[in-house]
Amino acid sequence: MSDGRGEQGDRGEAVLAVFQRGADFARELLAENERLRSRVNAIETRQREAAQSPGDWDKLRYELLQRIETLESENRDIMEQLKAVESENHQFAERYIEIEEENNNLANLYVASYQLHSTLDPSEVLRIIVEIVINLIGAEIFCVYVCPENSNLLEPVAAEGADLELFHEIEIGVGPVGEAVACGDVVCRDSEPAGGELADQVPIVAIPLRVEDLPIGAIAVHRLLQQKAGFSALDHELFTLLAGHAATAIFASRLYAQSERKLSTIQGFIDLLTK
Amino acid sequence: MAEHRILIVEDSPTMRQLLLFALKRLKGVDIVEANDGMDGLRKVTSDHFDLAFVDINMPVMDGLKLISLIRGEQNLEQMSICVITTEGASEDRERALALGANEYLTKPIQANKVLAVAKSLLKIE
Repeated sequence: MSDGRGEQGDRGEAVLAVFQRGADFARELLAENERLRSRVNAIETRQREAAQSPGDWDKLRYELLQRIETLESENRDIMEQLKAVESENHQFAERYIEIEEENNNLANLYVASYQLHSTLDPSEVLRIIVEIVINLIGAEIFCVYVCPENSNLLEPVAAEGADLELFHEIEIGVGPVGEAVACGDVVCRDSEPAGGELADQVPIVAIPLRVEDLPIGAIAVHRLLQQKAGFSALDHELFTLLAGHAATAIFASRLYAQSERKLSTIQGFIDLLTK
Repeated sequence: MAEHRILIVEDSPTMRQLLLFALKRLKGVDIVEANDGMDGLRKVTSDHFDLAFVDINMPVMDGLKLISLIRGEQNLEQMSICVITTEGASEDRERALALGANEYLTKPIQANKVLAVAKSLLKIE
């Protein structure tokens, strides 16, 4: 019996707790309702006040218009800054391309000059000149002439794209190649030479090889590789580089070969005397 | 440790140096040089390379022979090959591409083109 009463008491407490929570929730709703009511009242009061004094509306409108103007001006400034940045970006991109091209050109020039001065063997120097003219300039038919010491003639010593025998000796000062060597200026034409004997053709480029006023030789380019449309700024730089550096390389290797020969002769003479 | 390995097979020291100069600008790349086709074959069969620049006209063994031998090796199938030719529309270039070369460059070589080809074949950004 006492257990049954205890059970009923627990259930009653549980029901009371539920009602209590319901009552708390109802009170919270009433409080929220009151708060919303007071907010609505405040808004209605402000609206009535604003409707009664049109000056406030004008003031507010003026302030808003001012704000819009300021924002528009800021927007214009930002747009101008954006344009300036875009233009600067464009300039940087163009400059980057220019520097890249310059870098590539310098790499070619560096490789050419490095190779030319990498040996003192005359035949090796000649081979390097030929390599540069094929690989860096893109010539298909060309001839390298060398001027022997105390001579007024340019002798063909290496040719590519045609037999060496097809090229003849050239007198300095005579013909386009001879004239280029005499005056020391690179002679460059835009068009390919007309048909006929190679030796009689006017080359597209005649590069004089000189050390100061001393003629060393010449390079005559008669035809460019099929895929090479014309000469670039780099090609002209390479012509100038070859005119100076190839001449110096040939001259140095020639002097070295002579000194080697003399040394060998002297050594032979000493050996003869001492044995 | 290099991410990519490139082999330059070229008999001309001028061309080798020019290619080396251009390719050195790539980061994480190890470059090895070979003087001719035979030297190139020795190097590709004894070491791993991701890309090879192969000149067509070379002494001892030319570029076409080297490409056909490389493509005949199963373990070298993944290696990309760029041929270097002298003439723009020559049969050599077409033969090299038919033999399995992936790209070609024509002389005179420009460093920016070498770089572009290497980046494209090695899939470098």
